[in-house]
Amino acid sequence: MTIDAFPGAMPLEGLIGGLMIGLSAAIFLLGSGRIVGVSGMAARAFLLAKSGTPLSAAILFVLSLPLGAFLLQLLHGPIESSFVQSTALLIAGGLLVGIGARVGSGCTSGHGVCGTSRLSPRSLVATATFIATGVATVAAMNAVG
Amino acid sequence: MRDSVIATLSGIIFGAGLALSGMMDPQRVRGFLDIFGVWDPTLAFVMGGAIFVMALAWLVQRTLDKPLAAPSFSLPDTSRIDAKLIIGAAIFGIGWGIAGLCPGPGIAALAINPTGALVFGISLLAGMGLHSALSSRARKA
Repeated sequence: MTIDAFPGAMPLEGLIGGLMIGLSAAIFLLGSGRIVGVSGMAARAFLLAKSGTPLSAAILFVLSLPLGAFLLQLLHGPIESSFVQSTALLIAGGLLVGIGARVGSGCTSGHGVCGTSRLSPRSLVATATFIATGVATVAAMNAVG
Repeated sequence: MRDSVIATLSGIIFGAGLALSGMMDPQRVRGFLDIFGVWDPTLAFVMGGAIFVMALAWLVQRTLDKPLAAPSFSLPDTSRIDAKLIIGAAIFGIGWGIAGLCPGPGIAALAINPTGALVFGISLLAGMGLHSALSSRARKA
């Protein structure tokens, strides 16, 4: 399925993938009683956070992310994943995402999906903020060339 | 034990969802943020689908005294909006815009684009480690 105005978009795959992400977060919430915060669980799994999800659960969740991507590729066919060409930009992006997620207590999963769906004022503000600075960053990079 | 099964199942479905939805392609994510250029709305469909299911899950959560496989719910605070939250989210968004990756797709992409994902993942952990080192120093001071 495509949208005439945006021929590059994948609305159907996006929606189904989004429903899967929601299902994953719902299983975790109703089963383990916690929200799926990928940044928090990654920090926990690598012993960079003292509290949060139990260590074994955090490690298993983090390891299962690439496993899920691998299985989907096996069933569905090649997955597009072309990273920014510049290694310096990839490193800069990773550092800022890592610092920002910890300072702001969450990322696209914790604030963006789990918090906004709960109408958490904190998460609504965080999500609006990171989308705004993300938009500004891409616009600035395009302007510079 | 049940906690481990839930974490594994949840991680696999999450990683598969990210892969299917195109979120492991930084070009597509940056396309969503590029509202002044050739806008790609895919990410809005992803967020919409995920938020829809989770909104239902929160309705169910309210009717439960405790989760199905844990003694109690441990949920984050929702109300406090402080400078730390806004500064952190702002920094996060800048990094997200630069690389087109957030933690979930960055880690899941280890299975698809291992070299790039490793560079991003190590940088991500370095950023988290830096925060952890600075905040424990601030607590001691």
